Amino acid sequence: MSIGLTHYLVLSAVLFCIGLYGALTRRNAVIILMCIELMLNAVNISLIAFSSYIVPQLLTGQVFAIFVMVVAAAEIAVGLAVVLAIFRHFSGIDTNDINLMKW
Amino acid sequence: MGLEFAFWIMAVVMVGAALAVLYLRNVFHAALALVLCFIAVAGIYVTLSADFLAAVQILVYVGAISVLIILGVMMTREVQKGNPVNKMRLPAAIVAVVLLGILVYVVTSTPWGISAQDPLTPTTMPLATKLFSENGFILPVEIGAVLLLAAILGAIVIIREKKK
Repeated sequence: MSIGLTHYLVLSAVLFCIGLYGALTRRNAVIILMCIELMLNAVNISLIAFSSYIVPQLLTGQVFAIFVMVVAAAEIAVGLAVVLAIFRHFSGIDTNDINLMKW
Repeated sequence: MGLEFAFWIMAVVMVGAALAVLYLRNVFHAALALVLCFIAVAGIYVTLSADFLAAVQILVYVGAISVLIILGVMMTREVQKGNPVNKMRLPAAIVAVVLLGILVYVVTSTPWGISAQDPLTPTTMPLATKLFSENGFILPVEIGAVLLLAAILGAIVIIREKKK
């Protein structure tokens, strides 16, 4: 059984769901950022798989993946700045303690 | 045959490293597992004949983003506290499993219009033509530059010590 588009898409779905589960359950804010990176990588895998199986000569999905990487770099920079600011304010990054805006 | 072998190795390493990010007790070890996961994703890109993106993945994710994350782990000094979970464990697991089931069902039951052509290799020059040509993606590229500048400035503003 040769490797096809479905294999890549299922792999991407598995990685996305692992990242989703981690982002929803972990209490350490840095781990949550790592899980968000996992989810972005999963989306990139599916974009590139679509690009090389559906439109092999056009590379559109790879261009989109480049933009996802740009946004991921911006996101991790701002996210870590926010995490460090929270650490300075609460002297901890446990998300259970960060409940200022909780109703 | 070799491609299938590479795919399965990369897939197993990738999923294993992603689970290690979740279940390692030490946050620093979780960051290292994340680096391993990024490298495996770069390998997956190679099997998809996306050579330029595999190089960019190594440079940006393994090089830059992992260093930022490890810096964040060091600065927040939460390594010894481990990797605790909150009380949303069961609902989150249900959501993740249901989403995975839906995604796998949709992916396996959709008739994809797979093209018979071979993918373009090497991809560097066609990608550059696509990104920078007149009727290509030049406007999003410039917006991306502005977005990165704004992100850098925003990070500096957020992180700066307030003068009293």
